[in-house]
Amino acid sequence: MTKMLVGKVTDIDIKGSRIVRVGDHEIALFRLSDGEVLAVENKCPHKGGALSEGMVCGSKVHCPLHDWRIDLHTGVVQEPDHGHVVTYEVEVDQSNGSIYLTERSL
Amino acid sequence: MTDIRKKLVLVGNGMAGVRAIEHLLKLSPEAYEITIFGSEPHPNYNRIMLSSVLAGGSSMEEIIINDLEWYHSHGIRLYMGHTITSIDTAKRKVYSDKGIVMPYDELILATGSNPFMLPLPGAEKEGVIAFRDIKDCQIMQETSQSYRKAVVIGGGLLGLEAARGLLHLGMEVSVVHIHPYIMERQLDEPASVMLRKELEEQGMKFLLNKQSEAILGKKRVKGLLFADGEIADADLIVMAVGIKPNVELAQKSGVQTNRGIVVNDYMETNIPGIYAVGECAEHRGIAYGLVAPLYEQGAVLAKRLAGVPTDGYPGSVTSTKLKVSGVDVFSAGQFTERTGTRALRYQDEIEGIYKKLVIQDDQLVGAVLFGDTGDGAQLFSMIKNGENIKGKEKELLLGVSSDALASPKGNRLEGMADDEIICGCNGVSKGTIAEAIQSGGCTSVGQIKACTKASASCGGCKPLVEGLLQLYAGDNVVTVKEGICGCTTLGRDEIVAEIKRMELKTVKEVMNVLEWNTEEGCAKCRPSLNYYLGMLWPEEYIDEKESRITNERYHANIQKDGTYSVVPRIYGGVTSPAELMKIAEVAAKFEVPLVKFTGGQRLDLLGVKKEDLPKMWEELDMPSGHAYGKTLRTVKTCVGSTFCRFGTQDAMGMGIRLEKAFERLNTPGKVKLAVSGCPRNCAEATIKDFGVVAIDGGWELHIGGNGGVHVRATDLLGVVKTDDEVIEWASAFLQYYREQAGWNERTAQWVERVGLDSIKEVLEVRENRLALQERIHTALSVTTDPWKQIVNEPELRKNFEQLSEMKTV
Repeated sequence: MTKMLVGKVTDIDIKGSRIVRVGDHEIALFRLSDGEVLAVENKCPHKGGALSEGMVCGSKVHCPLHDWRIDLHTGVVQEPDHGHVVTYEVEVDQSNGSIYLTERSL
Repeated sequence: MTDIRKKLVLVGNGMAGVRAIEHLLKLSPEAYEITIFGSEPHPNYNRIMLSSVLAGGSSMEEIIINDLEWYHSHGIRLYMGHTITSIDTAKRKVYSDKGIVMPYDELILATGSNPFMLPLPGAEKEGVIAFRDIKDCQIMQETSQSYRKAVVIGGGLLGLEAARGLLHLGMEVSVVHIHPYIMERQLDEPASVMLRKELEEQGMKFLLNKQSEAILGKKRVKGLLFADGEIADADLIVMAVGIKPNVELAQKSGVQTNRGIVVNDYMETNIPGIYAVGECAEHRGIAYGLVAPLYEQGAVLAKRLAGVPTDGYPGSVTSTKLKVSGVDVFSAGQFTERTGTRALRYQDEIEGIYKKLVIQDDQLVGAVLFGDTGDGAQLFSMIKNGENIKGKEKELLLGVSSDALASPKGNRLEGMADDEIICGCNGVSKGTIAEAIQSGGCTSVGQIKACTKASASCGGCKPLVEGLLQLYAGDNVVTVKEGICGCTTLGRDEIVAEIKRMELKTVKEVMNVLEWNTEEGCAKCRPSLNYYLGMLWPEEYIDEKESRITNERYHANIQKDGTYSVVPRIYGGVTSPAELMKIAEVAAKFEVPLVKFTGGQRLDLLGVKKEDLPKMWEELDMPSGHAYGKTLRTVKTCVGSTFCRFGTQDAMGMGIRLEKAFERLNTPGKVKLAVSGCPRNCAEATIKDFGVVAIDGGWELHIGGNGGVHVRATDLLGVVKTDDEVIEWASAFLQYYREQAGWNERTAQWVERVGLDSIKEVLEVRENRLALQERIHTALSVTTDPWKQIVNEPELRKNFEQLSEMKTV
C-alpha cells in the first residue's frame, strides 16, 4: 500500500475515530487528546469488534463489544487479554492538516 | 542541626516490632528518630517462611520482608548482630553487647521468644539444635549433606515443619512426641490420626507416647534414650517442643513480667515509655505465637506512638489455618468437647476430609477442618461474632459458603468441574478463577475481575466468584475499598459529594482534582462521571459524547458484526397503519436484514450499516426509542379499559403520558415502565423499574422490579387516586433514583441497597415530591431528540460516514 491522502485532522473529533476502507480492509483512525493521529486495523482480535466505535482513553481504545483494551501506538491488546492488531503509519502535514496513511511493513 | 525529634528505640528486629514501625511510618513518618537493634545478622525476615526455605520452596533472600534499603530510605538506624544487654530505665538508655549506648524517649521491646530446649543430659552435644532461625536452617542443610538420621522432638506444628524440611533435605526423620497423638493443641484425635497417616505416607516415622530421657553420644549426638529404655539412632536432634517468651532483658530491667512481658490494651508495660509487642508480650494472660495477633498489636502500638486515637487491643480469638506438608488443616476456638457442648462431625476417609463443629447454646464455639479448609474463614468469623446458628448447623458442616446461602448454586462450587463456566458473559471457567486465586495471588473480587474478566460484564456471577474466593483464599481474602473502577479508590458517594463541594464541572477536572490514577479514565468511570456531572449541573454541563458508551454515542445498538439496530419510539406500544407502513417502507428501502418485535412492544430494525443510520432516521421522522441507553426505554401497556372487559382504567393513555413525560431522561441505569389496566397485570408491571397497576378508582405504584439478570418483583410504593398523582410520584421517584444511585445501578439493585423504607420516607413528604419534580423538569427541559439533532448537524453526522474509500494501489 503506497502513501495516500485520507483526509484532514479536523475530520476526526478529539477522542473520536473515523474509518477508511482500503480494498476489503477497514482501518480506524483515531485522534487523541493531544492531537496525535493513530491508525489501526478496525478489527478487535477477540470477536472482530469495530474499534472505531470504542471509547478512547489516553492512547488506548476500549473495544465496544467486550471491553478489550488496545494500545493504539503498538496495537498490543492489554492484560488480562492477549493479542494484537495491525498498526499503520500515519503522517500529518502540520501546514494544512492533511493525513497520510502508509501500511507498516510487517 | 541537631535532630529534635523524639528518639524511638526498638529492641528486636523481627516481624512484630518492625511491623509496628511500618505502621507508625505510615501514620506519622516524621515523628521519631528510629533506631532498631537485632541480634541476628539479618534484616527483618519472615520467620513463618523458614520451613518453606527448608522445604526448598523459597530462598533466604525471598523471605526478607524489609531489605537494608528499606531501613536506609526511612532513615532508620539499624544495628544488626547487636544484642541489648541492659536497659537503664531511669536515664532512658539501652546498652548493646558491642558497646553501643543509645538514649531513648520511647522504647519498644519486641524480643520475641526462644525455643524451649529440654534440659536433657547431653543437650549441649554437637548436632542438637532448635528450629527457630536462619542459623538453625543452615545447620540442618549442612548436616544433611553428611549425615542420615534425624530425630525431631515435638509433634506440634513446629516439629512437623522441621521434620518436613529434613525429609526434603533427604534425611530419615522420626518425630518423637510425648502425647498419644500429634498436634493435640490444634486438632482433635480423629483429625490428628488422619494427618499422621498422611505424613507417614510421605515418609515420616512417629514415636508417640515417648518421654525423652537423655541424649547419647560423645562429642556429637549418636542417639536419643527414652524413659522406657528404647533408643532411637540420631545424627541430628531438633528440639521443637515449644517456645517461651524472651523476657530476660525486661525482667532484669524491672519491667513487670509473668510468662511474657505484661502489657495493657495499649501495649504499655508498667514502666512509662516502655512498650512490648509480639511473642514476648503477655496481654490479659495470653502470649500469642501467631502472626495475626502480633500485627493487630503492632497497629495499636503504632497509633499510640503517633498520637492517633485507638480503642486499644482487645485480644484475639485465634485460628490455625495451615498446610502441613501439603495437607490443609484448620482449627479455631474451643474445638474439644466439654460439658455443655455438642459436636457435629463429618468424616470421609476416602477423600481424606474431616470436619467438626462444636456448638454451645446455639453458637459456634469451635471447629476443626482437615483436608478441606475452604470454610475456615467463614466459620472463624462466626466463632468470633458469636452469632446464633440454630437451624444452620448441618449446612455449615457440609460446607455451604455464606454466598451459597443466598445462591442455590454455591454449595456446588466445590464439587464443580474445573472446566465449568462461572462467568457466562466472558466465558471464564472455575479452573481459571481458582488459578487466579491460588497462583495468581488474587485476593479480592476486583482483582479476579481485572485478572480474568469474571464478573466484569453483567455482574450476575459475582456471588459465585465470591464463593470461589472464600473457597480458595479463605483467610487471605482482602476486603479492599473498591472505587467505582480501577482508576480511583473513591466510591460513588464520595465522588458525587466532592463534585458538589468543589463545584467541579468537567470530566477532566474531576479526574485531576480527585487524583485519578489514569490519564483519561476508562470505559467505566468516564460514562459514570459524565452522568453525575449532567445530573448535578443539568443546565450548564455540556454532555461529553466521547465519554458515552458506544450505543449512546451513535444512538443505536451496536450488534456483534458492527452493524446497528434502529428502534423508533412507539409510545405505549400503540401504533397506527400509517406509522407501520412508514416503518415498513424504510425497512424495505434500506434492505434491513431483520425486522423484529422487541419485548417492549416496538419494532426493531436490525443489521443496519452505520452510514445508513442518519438517512433512515431522516426518512422515519420518528423520535428515537432510546433502546440503547441508560434512560427511559419502553412503557409497556395492556389494552386497559379502552377495549378490555376487565380494564378498570385507561392503561394505554397512562402509558403514553408517562412515556412522553420522561423520554430522553438520563438515568443511572436503563429504566423500564409498564402500566396494567387491572390487577391481572397483563403488562407485567411488577417486574419493571416503575410499574403502575390500575385498581378500581386508583393506581398502585410499584418500584424496583427487574425481569433481567436477577429477577425481582417490585415493592409497593403506594396507592394514588388521580392520573396527575401518578406523574407526580413517578417524577419524584425517578429523580430521587437519579440523584442517589450509582451509574449502572438499576432501580432493583438500588432499592435492595438502600431499602424501600428509606425511599418511602423521602417520597411520602409532599414538599420533597414537588422539589424532586421541579428538578426532573429542569433535567428534561434541556434534552432534545438525538436523531433529529444528528440528522441536522453535519459536524455530528460526519461521524457516521467513512473518511474515504481507497482503491488498493
